[in-house]
Amino acid sequence: MNEIFALVEHRQGIIRDITYELLSCGRKLAEKGNTKLTAVILGHNTDNFVQILKGQAHRLLVVDNEVYEDFNSEVYQTALTEIIKRQNPVLTLISHSAFGVDLCPALAAQLGMPFTTDCLDVELAEQKLKVTRQIYDGKLNAKVLLRENAGYMITLRSGCFPAGESSLDGVVEKIDTPVSAQPDYRKFIEYIEAAVGEVDITKSDVLVSVGRGVKEKAYLSIIEDFAETIGGVVGCSRPVVDAGWLPKDRQIGSSGKTVKPKLYIALGISGAFQHIIGMKGADTIIAVNKDPNAPIFSEADYGIVDDLFKVVPVLKTKILEMKQAKG
Amino acid sequence: MDIIVCIKRVAQTAEADVKIDSSGKDIVKDRLTFDMNESDTYALEEAILLKEKFGGTLTAVSLGTVQAEDTLRIALAKGADSAIRIKAEDFEGLDGYKTAQLLKAAIKDLKFDVVFTGCIATDDYYSQVGVTLAELLGVPHATLVTKIDIQDTKAQVHRELEGGLIEHLDMTLPALFTIQTGINEPRYASLIAIRRAAKKEIKVIGASEIEPTGIQANASLEELFTPPAGKRAEILSGSMDEISAKVAGIIKEKGLI
Ligand SMILES: Cc1cc2nc3c(=O)[nH]c(=O)nc-3n(C[C@H](O)[C@H](O)[C@H](O)COP(=O)(O)OP(=O)(O)OC[C@H]3O[C@@H](n4cnc5c(N)ncnc54)[C@H](O)[C@@H]3O)c2cc1C
Ligand SMILES: Nc1ncnc2c1ncn2[C@@H]1O[C@H](COP(=O)(O)O)[C@@H](O)[C@H]1O
Repeated sequence: MNEIFALVEHRQGIIRDITYELLSCGRKLAEKGNTKLTAVILGHNTDNFVQILKGQAHRLLVVDNEVYEDFNSEVYQTALTEIIKRQNPVLTLISHSAFGVDLCPALAAQLGMPFTTDCLDVELAEQKLKVTRQIYDGKLNAKVLLRENAGYMITLRSGCFPAGESSLDGVVEKIDTPVSAQPDYRKFIEYIEAAVGEVDITKSDVLVSVGRGVKEKAYLSIIEDFAETIGGVVGCSRPVVDAGWLPKDRQIGSSGKTVKPKLYIALGISGAFQHIIGMKGADTIIAVNKDPNAPIFSEADYGIVDDLFKVVPVLKTKILEMKQAKG
Repeated sequence: MDIIVCIKRVAQTAEADVKIDSSGKDIVKDRLTFDMNESDTYALEEAILLKEKFGGTLTAVSLGTVQAEDTLRIALAKGADSAIRIKAEDFEGLDGYKTAQLLKAAIKDLKFDVVFTGCIATDDYYSQVGVTLAELLGVPHATLVTKIDIQDTKAQVHRELEGGLIEHLDMTLPALFTIQTGINEPRYASLIAIRRAAKKEIKVIGASEIEPTGIQANASLEELFTPPAGKRAEILSGSMDEISAKVAGIIKEKGLI
């Protein structure tokens, strides 16, 4: 079997965590398929990346030029089309991130290669590729077979392939850059950092987090009051921010903040993976949701299947009693 | 400014019980509600705002069954000038790639400066149709767009990255943008507009207009199954009073407050 490629993802000079997961997945598949894993690095001043990743792959393919310093999918697409055509990997792994979703479909389509996105599991045997994906708001899994081909491309969901130890001694191979300038029709200008808000939710030991289940902005005061009672602050899922009910700096998840409080209470949050990724590091997670099949219950330690507006007032009273008994 | 927006009608499953049907390859749909895919409502709003600013035409396109026409009518009521439905019933084994190919076939002969799609369909969860379509149309793209500022043929574009970081791009039209939720405030259609839209004609195209290209899908479904339970929460039961006492106990025991 031909080699497996994993595309190294970096941003602002730092290798992103998902890269180690891609490499871990790639090593496993390579071992099973009796082939090798190549880490593909497109970047600038890549020596540091090479040092860090040398133990993680059998080979490191390095293309170093200023033009790859910041991510521009058009630039990456042109370069990778060249490289993949020359090297014919059996499978190219890309992260299912803002980077990967911008690149993979166009790159694979240009190469005429079967591809799919957001994979949780991968099986590659006898040149056939099967993946597991999640559909319908994470309520079902689908096992999918890709059209048989010499090469495939997929994006992997983060958190599904634990980064592993590895002590390979990757051969470093530098190749000339197929691209030297950004195209006029798409130029990277700059990164703009997220605005800093009044409250830093990452600093709080207790977070009361609300989702679309809170229904209306007016009801947020009930949640705020409850959070105050238990000495926490209010965080939220994305739709609450999209609706303008809470500022962006309260959003928890892949496109918001990552939090690790001692206690995380999720109220009316379904548990989409983009949310889970931001809060699964909490010590204790309690979820309240009226849907017994809500994916949040697979992540929580304790669950209450009920209407949050029934639970919150009673819980508040109990906690007040408890505090009084103590004091 | 000529604008195209791709809209998908999807099952609303966030709060629903999703069951696998007897074929094992689809879900039981009769008790589900269907509506415009969430990010598409933002894509549509962005398209209407552009049209209001610059004039021109706005065409909504959907690949779906006849019910997708209801969703297209909402787009017409809100501000689209015309609508096209590609007959999903004419095609088998639709995946993201085949969908993009069919959308391309339906819009390639239209004049456009901007194509909008949503950033993800909540049913198939691909995040691939927009970018594939851009590649097939031969125009540049940007995904997860949270702001667009257009002047002549130039667009200043913000993309949303992880952790809320924004990437600012300078792009040239024509281009395709996949829209992230929260970019604007989608409007509601007025009752009068909905009534008016009910009488508008929707162009329907099927296999006879498209098929010759022999479009292949990338992926075929083998099996649907319920996700493995994972660590699974301990579900607290009893009266509300008992449950709350348990929670308070847990909180106390762990010394959390
Ligand atoms: C690129 C990208 C990035 C994203 N980033 C993030 C992110 O950073 N953070 C994030 O959260 N999401 C993010 N999302 C969105 C994510 O996919 C989900 O859409 C979102 O997390 C859903 O939020 P929710 O659970 O509040 O709403 P829903 O999924 O609509 O769920 C609402 C839940 O509330 C329950 N409910 C309703 N009423 C009640 C009641 N009275 N009592 C109890 N329960 C009730 C329902 O059963 C349901 O489970 C992102 C999506 C994309 C595509
Ligand atoms: N059947 C369809 N008809 C029209 N647009 C679609 C269809 N499927 C996907 N799209 C568009 O592509 C976007 C991304 O979908 P997906 O790649 O399936 O997650 C959606 O938000 C829609 O704008």
